Amino acid sequence: MGQEVIEDIRKDYVYDLIENGKRADGRGFLDFRDIVVERDLINKAEGSTRVQIGDTVVLVGVKVEPGTPFPDTPNKGVLMTNAELVPLASPEFESGPPGEDSIELARVVDRGIRGSETIDLEALCIEEGEKVWMVFIDIHTLDNDGNLVDAAALGAITSLLNIDIPYEQYGLTGKDTLHIRDTPVAVTVAEIRGNLLVDPNVAEESAATNKLTVISNVDGSISGLQKSGSTGLTEEMIVKMTEIGIEKAREIREKYLPKI
Amino acid sequence: MKEGKIELIKDGARLSGRGFEELRPIKIEVGVLKRADGSCYFELGDNKAIAAVYGPREMHPRHFQNAKRAVVKYRYNMAPFSVDDRKRPGPDRRSQEISMVSRKALDPVILRELYPKTAIEVYVEVLQSDAGTRTAGINAASVALADAGIPMRDLVSSVAIGKIDGEVVLDLDAKEDNFGEADMPIAMVARTNTITLLQMDGRLKKEEFERGLKLAMNGCRKIYELQKAALVEKYSKNGNGA
Repeated sequence: MGQEVIEDIRKDYVYDLIENGKRADGRGFLDFRDIVVERDLINKAEGSTRVQIGDTVVLVGVKVEPGTPFPDTPNKGVLMTNAELVPLASPEFESGPPGEDSIELARVVDRGIRGSETIDLEALCIEEGEKVWMVFIDIHTLDNDGNLVDAAALGAITSLLNIDIPYEQYGLTGKDTLHIRDTPVAVTVAEIRGNLLVDPNVAEESAATNKLTVISNVDGSISGLQKSGSTGLTEEMIVKMTEIGIEKAREIREKYLPKI
Repeated sequence: MKEGKIELIKDGARLSGRGFEELRPIKIEVGVLKRADGSCYFELGDNKAIAAVYGPREMHPRHFQNAKRAVVKYRYNMAPFSVDDRKRPGPDRRSQEISMVSRKALDPVILRELYPKTAIEVYVEVLQSDAGTRTAGINAASVALADAGIPMRDLVSSVAIGKIDGEVVLDLDAKEDNFGEADMPIAMVARTNTITLLQMDGRLKKEEFERGLKLAMNGCRKIYELQKAALVEKYSKNGNGA
């Protein structure tokens, strides 16, 4: 019970601030916390990125290995995205098989990359029906102060850029890089008592009535959406949240991702 | 140990250029995570490990509570991208064993009797692996426990020795581990010179074992000084260590 009381006090604090047009860390409603992107920290991975958004830290590693294609797509490579909410990252995370939160995190990031056809999967075919390149995106959370999705998605797309396919390591002949055709960026918009704000921290997440993650692309199109939360959203609200998502994604892309 | 014909010692030197009794470069950072009660980032050569400590806090599930002392939980986990061939996520037999021996390496120094019925949880994530991850994990965990303010009798320091091309050497890297003849990790409480972890893989003569043990204990003493220095460095910056 003690925990619930603290939780309620913390929510009330967030509500009070928001209703006065403020956030605990002094940000505007449409401001992200500081973002730091560091590439290639893990030399065992073909691509890796540490993304820090405020106090949230995510490490994403990409590994590329040969494997067998799915029977229904014999000429296409395989993309697999996995997320671990390891107990190191938060007092709320527990060890054990992936829970629904980590499955959702992985699937939302995956959807953005898949939906935008960011990776040219057909270029990853080695021998039709027999052997293709498999791209594993592994999201490792290190510190959770909210908005893991946006951090993980930025880490994933950054890691995918400039990957050399490891032909030699697996005794295959060839030389190629991973073909990347888009740079999808996720922006999560939270609704707290009718107010919209981006990049919620963990206290704001727990106070949010609704969240909408918008993943958008270079041309402004949307390649992934995920709503979470306890109540319904009006059409007007959804349109507004989507607009905010696309606009903020454009800003992040300009600042942290190369033009392709 | 794989059978191999790789020459690990050439003209009296290791492939990395290190001396027989030389550790890989070590980097220690204290308090690197915000949500954890204590944390530490530890690099040993190409190994990168991070440890977080939570607690003492309520023990779940409750029937694991001990009425007289805190229970230490230790989880060693490798990131899927930490090794050459992607590791399937989640615990396997190896990481479960490492978790167990690592917990037992730390148990003796923690004043567990001060916190009955609670859990002290230690989480170690290996982000990049190059042989010696369990020792890096224990070194990180021990500093993270101190950073969390858990009362301890001393820090625990850990390193491996091994045998390559017939020579007993300190702190094997991955190549030496794969093609060497023996690998022996230890953990030690420096103040009392007591060993809290000892494992061995491969084959050593009695004389080699004894020499190796001495060498490993010396290595632990060096790491112990670095651990202490890292803690002092963090907590001397300002009064409350924040």
